[in-house]
Parts: sequence; structure tokens; C-alpha cells
Amino acid sequence: MTDMVANSPTTPVVAPTPVTTSRSKRWSLPAYMRDPFLWVGVAILLSAFVLAAFAGVIYPGDPLDMAGPPLIWPGEDMSYPLGTDALGRDLAAGIVHGARVSLMVGVCAAMLGLLIGTTVGALAGYFGGVVDNVLVRLTELFQTIPTLLLVIVILAIGNPSVPLIVFAIGIASWPMIARLTRSQFMSLREADFVMAARGLGYGTPRIILREILPNALPTIVVATSVLVANGILAEAGLSFLNLGDPNQVSWGSLIGNGRTMLRTEWYLTALPGLAIVLTVLSINIIGDRLTDILNPRSGAR
Amino acid sequence: MNMHTPLPQRPFPVLEVLDLQVAFPGSVAVKGITFAIEEGKTMALVGESGCGKSLTAFSILRLLPPTASISGGQVVFDGLDLATVSGRKLREIRGKGISMILQEPMTSLNPVLTIGAQVAEVIRRHERLSRSKTRQRVLELLDLVGIPDPQRRYDQFPHNFSGGMRQRVMIAMAVACNPRLLIADEPTTALDVTIQAQVMELLNRLRKQLSMAMLLITHDLGAVAQWADRVAVMYAGRIVEQASVDDFFAAPKHPYSRGLLGSSVGDDAHYTRGRLTEIQGSIVSAAGEAGCAFAPRCPQAVPTCRTAPPELRTFNRDVVRTGWSIACSQVSV
Repeated sequence: MTDMVANSPTTPVVAPTPVTTSRSKRWSLPAYMRDPFLWVGVAILLSAFVLAAFAGVIYPGDPLDMAGPPLIWPGEDMSYPLGTDALGRDLAAGIVHGARVSLMVGVCAAMLGLLIGTTVGALAGYFGGVVDNVLVRLTELFQTIPTLLLVIVILAIGNPSVPLIVFAIGIASWPMIARLTRSQFMSLREADFVMAARGLGYGTPRIILREILPNALPTIVVATSVLVANGILAEAGLSFLNLGDPNQVSWGSLIGNGRTMLRTEWYLTALPGLAIVLTVLSINIIGDRLTDILNPRSGAR
Repeated sequence: MNMHTPLPQRPFPVLEVLDLQVAFPGSVAVKGITFAIEEGKTMALVGESGCGKSLTAFSILRLLPPTASISGGQVVFDGLDLATVSGRKLREIRGKGISMILQEPMTSLNPVLTIGAQVAEVIRRHERLSRSKTRQRVLELLDLVGIPDPQRRYDQFPHNFSGGMRQRVMIAMAVACNPRLLIADEPTTALDVTIQAQVMELLNRLRKQLSMAMLLITHDLGAVAQWADRVAVMYAGRIVEQASVDDFFAAPKHPYSRGLLGSSVGDDAHYTRGRLTEIQGSIVSAAGEAGCAFAPRCPQAVPTCRTAPPELRTFNRDVVRTGWSIACSQVSV
């Protein structure tokens, strides 16, 4: 019977397209904007930034101070919604204040890496020859040293503080950006529009900054978002190893502190870990979608 | 003092290329070519692929590939030798004194900048104008090259434009600063046949309107006959014949030029069963030839042709306007 209905000429197999599409199309968002994952990512990252920005308002005072009885489970006492650790420090305050350090280290280290990497890559890729050779050797030198090892060595030499951590992670992370920028510049410098720009009398800085860099930027920006995520993870790793700034709470240090009680009070490790996972995941989602957003052909502008 | 002797009516060349040589490591691609372009006139440089005509055009502004270099000769523009002038001075001439239109309109515009920004950039590079004046000038230019609705088009990106429209934008950028010489390197090769005529028409109109001289690089003899004043035929890195277009098409003298014209497809080609005429052999045979590069393919070649390259003999002293030069020992005028 059902077959009969499906085959009956009065029932169209494909639902007719609503007539309204042509009218609403003008106002519809570009395809990438309709992706729910993008919005979830943006929402998570935005709330992380809001928490970081208003940490002092939400939880005034030092998150390292004892706030109540030790080892309260989440939900047990509503004045400590995420519970307390072995020293009675409020975990919620720790996570909110930790967002500050984690995000700042991630973003600043990525910016430093971006600056160094783009400069080195652009010069190597554009000029080629001897400049390229020297800069590529330099990049390879940094690449042969494991990132975390280099960061640990730098921190071991200096006094662990947030600026030094930023510096160390930035110094260790630029080779990836440099290689990417270099390859982009090497192919783009041969482009016809670069030749045309030379023919119009533009100087080298203008060709690099205005003709080639904007074309290389989408790729670089996407890679930088990965760099932010890596920076957050590296900082977490350092804090876990007690190499972070001892005067600052970060997500990594919270995990490190909770490690000894992993079998009994696992929430001390799991909750800051969840914060890291969600933030890094949302940055990666946004970075992934940025490829489409930054393409002028995708109709954003 | 002979103040009262009238000055001879000599045409004034905008650009003089004297014995220009361009070399790649291990080979010479342009083997000493000489020509001049008179103010306001169109000079066509024709020849088959690989004969060095584009390389000649690029070497005028020293826009050579990294491995190539000018190994001899002079390019005189405005009393300066562009082959040796400083990079800074050269950049001032590029785009302002001499402009260039490339072959590929689809890739010659920066895909991430708006059309308006790209044309404005040229004006900003070479002239000091306020923001609003620059915008005004860009709109005028877009209108001048025949882009409809410039106000709306200003903020669009190259991918919103068709090939012909992009070439018009390229032309707008090239003429933005009123150059005295426009080098057009096969400007219509990548375009539809219907658009080709429009673009050539536009170039010709602008040449007159802005009183520019034009160097047209092409292999389309029809375009040469229609749009150029003088023509130079290149073969394997040398100019083999140079003449005014009228003279040339009436009676080409060099065997290669005769072959070229003879092999162009006539109106009746579609209605005859006969084979099309061709020049025997290929340009590859010019490699390593001690004598005339065309000798291996030349129907008139005699043994002496293979010993030394023939000199370019000029049959009228007035090289720029009416002179006729031919590099062939078998031709006499």
C-alpha cells in the first residue's frame, strides 16, 4: 500500500522547493555562518574570554587563598559550586582565574610566534637564494629541538614568570609558521599580479606587505589558531610539571595539583582538564572554519 | 649660428632600444635588437612563440626572470638608459613613464584587494592626491576604460569580473598615471574573439586620447595590420625585418615574413580543399645555427647563408618612421 502512495503521480517524490527561498536568499547568511559547530566554538571561546576578563569581578581576591573546608565535591556545597581542593581553595575561582593565564599565554605566545615566523618565512620565500638558505637553516635548527624541551630549558635558565613562559613558547613555535609562510611566498612571488605590481613601480616592501602577504594570510591565520591551542596546551604541560609561574593559577597547575588525588577526588583534575579540552577544541573548530571565512570568494563581503 | 635653418622634421622617439641583448646562463635569448618607437605611434613586435619578443618587452622595464639578465645594449627612455639606471629611478618610471599590460587578465589582478583599491594604489604610488580625489580619479578611469557602473564596481573583487572586464581594469591601472609608453604583451591572447576586438579598440582609443606610444607584442598579424603603424618581425632572438605596416603588408621582403604572411589563413580558407600554406620545419632548427637562424627553413637559402648571420641592412636612413630594414643577404631593394 505504501508503495502505491509513493508511486502515485499526485505525490511528488521530491518535496517542492519553497517559493520563499529566492526572496529570503538575499538575507540568508553565507554557508559557513550556518554551521552550528562554528557557533558552539565561538560561544565556548567567547565565554572563556569573558570569564578571563571578569575573573576579578566574579571571584574577587586571590584564588590561591583558602576559601573553605578542603575536598568538598562539586555540588555538595553551593557556595563552592565546583568544590574545593586539598587546601580548601575554591576550584571554580581557580578555573576562572586560570582562564586568564592560560588564554593570555596561548594568545601572546602565538602572536610572538606569528611575528617571528611570518617575518622569517616572508623574507626567505620572497628573496630566495642566500637569504633563503640562511633562514631555512635557522628554522631547521629550531625545528630539530623538541618544542617542550626547548621551553623547559629556557624556563630552567630564567625565573618562571608569565612573560618568560610566553617568550619561551613563542620562540619554540615559530618554525611551523615560518615554513608555511615561506612556501606561500615562494609560489605567490611568481604570480602574475606580483609581476604586474613590479611593472607598476611598487617597491619590495609594498609588494611583500600589500600584494603577497594578504594572499598568504588565510593560511597563516588558520595555522596561528592552531598555535594558540598549542600554546595553551604547552602552558598546561609546563604548569603540570611545576615549571609554571608559582604565583599564578592556570589550568595546567590546577591539574598538576589535583594529580595526587586522581583516584579519589578526580574532579580536581577532570574539571580544569575539561576547560582546556573545550577551549582548545573550540579554537581548532574556529580555525578550521576561518579558511572559508577569510576567502573573499565565499561571499562574506 | 644657424638659428634660421628650420629644424629637420625628425620624428621624436619615445623609446630607443639599441643592440639589446638578453641572456640566460648558457644561452642568449635576445641577440642584439634595435628599434625605436615614435611618439603617439604603435609599434608591433611579431614572431612565433619563443622568438624572444616577450623577453624583449620585459627587458625594457627590467622585469626579467631571476636567471635572465641584460647582457648588452641600451634602452633609452627620457634620456636615461633603463638597462643600467638605478632601481629607485626605474621604479619611478615603471607605471608612470612606461606601463605594461600582461597577457593573463585572470591572474594579473590581486585576488584579495578590491578593484578600486588596486587602481587607487597605482595613483597613490606615483602621484600625491587626497583620498577623495584619488577615488574620483579611479572612478573616471574605470569609466574611461568602459566599465559600466564604476561606483558599484569600485568595491568589488576581481572574481566578480569577467576576463574582458579584468583586462579593462588592468588597462585602467596601466594608464592611471598617463604613461608615455604602453607595453602590451599579447593583451588579447587570453580573451574571447569577440572581446579581443573591443580591447584592441579600447587600447587604440586610449593611445590617441592620452597621446601614448604603444609597443604591441603579438603573433596576430591581423591585429598588426589593423592597429599598428610599424612592425618588427623577430626570429630566434633577432629582428629580421622592420618596416612601416603599409609597406610591410604590401610587399614583405624577408623570406620569413613572406612565409608568415603566406601562411595566414585567408577568407576563402574554409571553402577550399587545398592544404594551408606553412613554413617548413620549426624554430628549433635555429639552435646552434652559425649563419642565418632561418636558413634551415628558408626556401631561398644559399650556402653562404649558413656561414655568418646576415646584417640588418636599412634601406632608408629614417629608421623610426619610414625606414625599412631587412636581415637577409638574398634580398635587395
